[in-house]
Amino acid sequence: MDEQVIIEFSDFSFQYYSQAEPTLHEINLKIHRGEKVLIVGPSGSGKSTLGHCINGLIPFSYKGAITGSLTIKGEDTQKKDIYELSKWVGTVLQDSDGQFVGLTAGEDIAFALENDNIPPEVMHERVRKVAEMVEMHYLLTSSPFELSGGQKQRTSLAGVMVDDVDILLFDEPLANLDPATGKTAIEIIDDIHQNSGKTILIIEHRLEDVLHRHVDRILVMKDGRIIADRDAHTLVSSDILVETGIREPLYVTALKYAGVDVSPEISPGYITTLKAEVTQTALTEWQDKIQSPPAKPKKPIILSLEDVHFSYDGIHPILQDINFDIQEGEIVSLVGKNGAGKSTLSKLICGFEKLDRGIIRYYGEDIKDKTIKERAEIIGVVLQNPNQMISKSLIFDEIALGLRFRDVPEEEIQERVEKVLKVCGLSPFRSWPISALSYGQKKRVTIASILVLGPRILILDEPTAGQDFRHYTEIMEFLEAINQLGVTIILITHDMHLMLEYSPRAIVLAGGRIVGDTAASVVLTNDAIIEKANLKETSLFNLAQMSHIPDGTRFVQRFIDYDRSVRHQ
Amino acid sequence: MTVKMKLFSYNLMDTFIHHLSGLTKLICFLFLTFAVMYSYDIRVILAITAFSIFLLLKSKIKFRQIRTMVLYVLIFILTNAIISFFFSPEMGVEIYGTRHDICKLYGRFYLTQEQLFYSLTKMVKYASVVPLGMIFLLTTNPSEFASSLNRVGTPYKASYAVALTLRYFPDIQRDYRDISQAQQARGLDLSRKAKFISRVKNSLLIVIPLIFSSLDRIELISNAMDLRGFGKGKSRTWYTAKKFNRQDILALTVSALIFIGSICVSVFINHSRFYNPFI
Amino acid sequence: MKGIFKVTTKTIVAAGIGAALFALLFMYVKIPSWVPETSFQTAYGLSALIGTLFGPIAAGLAAFIGHAISDAVQYGSPWWSWVIASGVASFIYGFAFKRTKVEEGVFGIKDILTFNVIQIIGNVIAWIGVAPVLDILIYAEPVELVFTQGAVAALLNSISAGVIGTLLLIAYALTRTKKGSLSKEA
Ligand SMILES: Nc1ncnc2c1ncn2[C@@H]1O[C@H](COP(=O)(O)OP(=O)(O)OP(=O)(O)O)[C@@H](O)[C@H]1O
Ligand SMILES: Nc1ncnc2c1ncn2[C@@H]1O[C@H](COP(=O)(O)OP(=O)(O)OP(=O)(O)O)[C@@H](O)[C@H]1O
Ligand SMILES: [Mg+2]
Ligand SMILES: [Mg+2]
Repeated sequence: MDEQVIIEFSDFSFQYYSQAEPTLHEINLKIHRGEKVLIVGPSGSGKSTLGHCINGLIPFSYKGAITGSLTIKGEDTQKKDIYELSKWVGTVLQDSDGQFVGLTAGEDIAFALENDNIPPEVMHERVRKVAEMVEMHYLLTSSPFELSGGQKQRTSLAGVMVDDVDILLFDEPLANLDPATGKTAIEIIDDIHQNSGKTILIIEHRLEDVLHRHVDRILVMKDGRIIADRDAHTLVSSDILVETGIREPLYVTALKYAGVDVSPEISPGYITTLKAEVTQTALTEWQDKIQSPPAKPKKPIILSLEDVHFSYDGIHPILQDINFDIQEGEIVSLVGKNGAGKSTLSKLICGFEKLDRGIIRYYGEDIKDKTIKERAEIIGVVLQNPNQMISKSLIFDEIALGLRFRDVPEEEIQERVEKVLKVCGLSPFRSWPISALSYGQKKRVTIASILVLGPRILILDEPTAGQDFRHYTEIMEFLEAINQLGVTIILITHDMHLMLEYSPRAIVLAGGRIVGDTAASVVLTNDAIIEKANLKETSLFNLAQMSHIPDGTRFVQRFIDYDRSVRHQ
Repeated sequence: MTVKMKLFSYNLMDTFIHHLSGLTKLICFLFLTFAVMYSYDIRVILAITAFSIFLLLKSKIKFRQIRTMVLYVLIFILTNAIISFFFSPEMGVEIYGTRHDICKLYGRFYLTQEQLFYSLTKMVKYASVVPLGMIFLLTTNPSEFASSLNRVGTPYKASYAVALTLRYFPDIQRDYRDISQAQQARGLDLSRKAKFISRVKNSLLIVIPLIFSSLDRIELISNAMDLRGFGKGKSRTWYTAKKFNRQDILALTVSALIFIGSICVSVFINHSRFYNPFI
Repeated sequence: MKGIFKVTTKTIVAAGIGAALFALLFMYVKIPSWVPETSFQTAYGLSALIGTLFGPIAAGLAAFIGHAISDAVQYGSPWWSWVIASGVASFIYGFAFKRTKVEEGVFGIKDILTFNVIQIIGNVIAWIGVAPVLDILIYAEPVELVFTQGAVAALLNSISAGVIGTLLLIAYALTRTKKGSLSKEA
């Protein structure tokens, strides 16, 4: 046996108990000690299933049929139980709230030690040490309520490292993190890799963000098989990403648009390694050819906020001095770091919470006296988690619910629901139970159930979180279509690609104040705003700088214009 | 609806009660409440009540923090006294074995001194546990609570269920609010006007998304806990467990003595749970 | 019967999260009844669901902890006799665990009957047996009073657990539909 191989799958297949078909097919894979491996693939391709096999949740928690073998450190995992495996494999799950079981950060980090009956004095010592590694030592007594998304993520990390495992497995560590925190998370993981030599596996949709630091190998999964296993440069140069529906790094798209031959020779895997000398001329020529679309005519102002102030408890101000106008038919992004007050702002607009000061106007008229229900006729809000909105079992009933509350006659309901079903591409599923839908389809049902009320303004909280690129594109194209019908759209998002590609304008919140209200291309190239709002500059801007293109912002804007024209052909 | 974001509005303050370990406070709380629950001797109960009010003052709890609770309890005690009078107006007479009528109220309802004394004793008895409960709730660090339960003999798994409740209550409460607001925006009527059937239906519209999203959470959390070795041993240790110091021993001794004292009064002096001033 | 008392991590988590939900529903989501000062507690519908899905230990603990906490937060101290009765009732609901086909996506007439018979037995034992007896033993409350209160509670809680619990279980069964079994309409 090869000492260097730490995880080895041979002809490994797995079929969930309730599934008719295997989910993993004949996996053959060797992972070496100290390697750092990234796993990508569309939703449902079996990435998490592969991870569950390694950490023992399969077959401990999910039953099913295994064929072939999986060994870790040379030992057959079938003969181990989940507790023995947990000494070797530390898993950080996607949802940091679900993983955070302690009442305070310190307790959560200590959780594994408590289960091992380590005496409290020893435990305190060890917890302090790991907490220092992830810079959480001064927050050990904070409750999850007081921690930001990034701090929770650090806590989870410390919680698995405290046991000194050999393998760290991350299942979508970046979901729900703001861009800067996501970047820091990747840096922490990389530092741990460098300093401790642990084997690291990362499952993630956000390829470009993980490639902020070096990875040894990238595995691409599709339909339960590993269809590619290469280094970043070769993978990015191939067509596999596009074919499997995985988003390639944005700067690579730009290079391809400019007609550059993306091949391993120019080291395109990471923006930092790209040989930009080669690409400069092509990019400059390309950008000069692009025509900016004509400016849109000014439309009347549909929604305006004047001097809005708010606090939940009367002591800590959450929003201060908020002023902006939104024109009819716009798509605007609302971005900013975790806890900046974005969701709170949407609650104020819908009347869920009352303003402390200031005015919200709809077509110039103060809506202070309108109830939640009255506002819902003009402003619809779609929560981030579709499971929090769905209360009926059939799609039709769910969408009709709001109309039934309003005592709309049944024939009219039929007609309006049918129409919305068509718009949302849900007609084929009309009579399905909602539980049979995928997450992305459920999301569309919740959007439909709001659209049917005919709002003029639609606010969506994180419409694409956790979606793969294909579903992401589906949802966003659908929202653009609705926008064409005249609905004004406000998107709350952490996804900078989304903001760049779909919303010409972005409002940036930080510390409860507006720190930017301008074109998306400007926001993502302006250091001051990026810094204040925990954003991350786009790789397009880095590309422009590396290629000595003088006006980076203009380059980004040109890219967006071009990209839009390509998409709308 | 006012929403408390945390179940226990615990603030660390510099009083000796706050410094006692959670385990001490739990045991003292149990001793003292059992003492008053057992005894029907108004003298014992009043003494313990006075003692617990003294502790309440010592622990610097503000009246504002406990106002609603006090109100609830008063309403509860009064309703209880009135209802039990209408059900068993002769309860006092039965217990004390004598009859001193004060006046006739209506039909078979006579107001007797015995009934009055019984009701009064009961009211004081129910009221007396309230300051104890409040001290316990407002001065105990929730993190220490589960470990204390485990150390007084509750199996560690059951104790951990309590820890999870305290951990996730605020999250679930926030979900509840979000869901109910989202449903109201779609036109859900939560007012008291609606008919019974539609009220059941309406509450289901909030309860279903709340429960079903929590079921997903159960799966996620139990996986996360399994992955970190929960439940592998016959016991577990606790990060938050505190060692006993002199003050803890003192508090434990005092409350144990009070408990034994209350039992002794019943056994040796009253020869029953009831103190009978009528014979 | 086999294995319904087994305690896994999931049982504990279901108890903990269930208790948080129970406390929340117990405090905020009640439907007033025609008897003054009492209401239909949707919480018993929840503990019936927990019992049927996770067994007696999970449901019993969830109701016991949830009820104790909501009493403590509202009144400063739990009313032990009723808290214990809540736990006992929900523990007995848990006997429906593994006796219905709800996990397979079926909750038909037969399952509804099984569930409701168990649920009613649980409520009768808890509210007409355990609660009044404990009231008398612990608090020396008048006998007629506690038995009348118990009878009313048994009735109301059977209705809550029956109506809300059955509806929740039907809704749950629907979420268990197998994928492959559905086809698109044109
Ligand atoms: N517990 C389960 N029981 C039955 N089937 C399951 C279970 N979990 C996942 N599956 C199925 O296995 C397939 C692969 O799921 P998996 O969660 O591994 O995908 P993934 O690649 O991690 O996707 P995502 O990117 O959305 O997380 C899916 O078709 C899913 O329906
Ligand atoms: N119901 C509430 N009661 C008290 N404080 C709250 C409440 N909801 C949110 N907060 C606090 O208000 C602040 C803003 O929260 P909000 O949810 O609006 O942030 P956000 O910008 O949407 O963050 P994220 O990107 O993480 O979703 C946070 O500090 C949060 O803890
Ligand atoms: Mg996954
Ligand atoms: Mg938010």
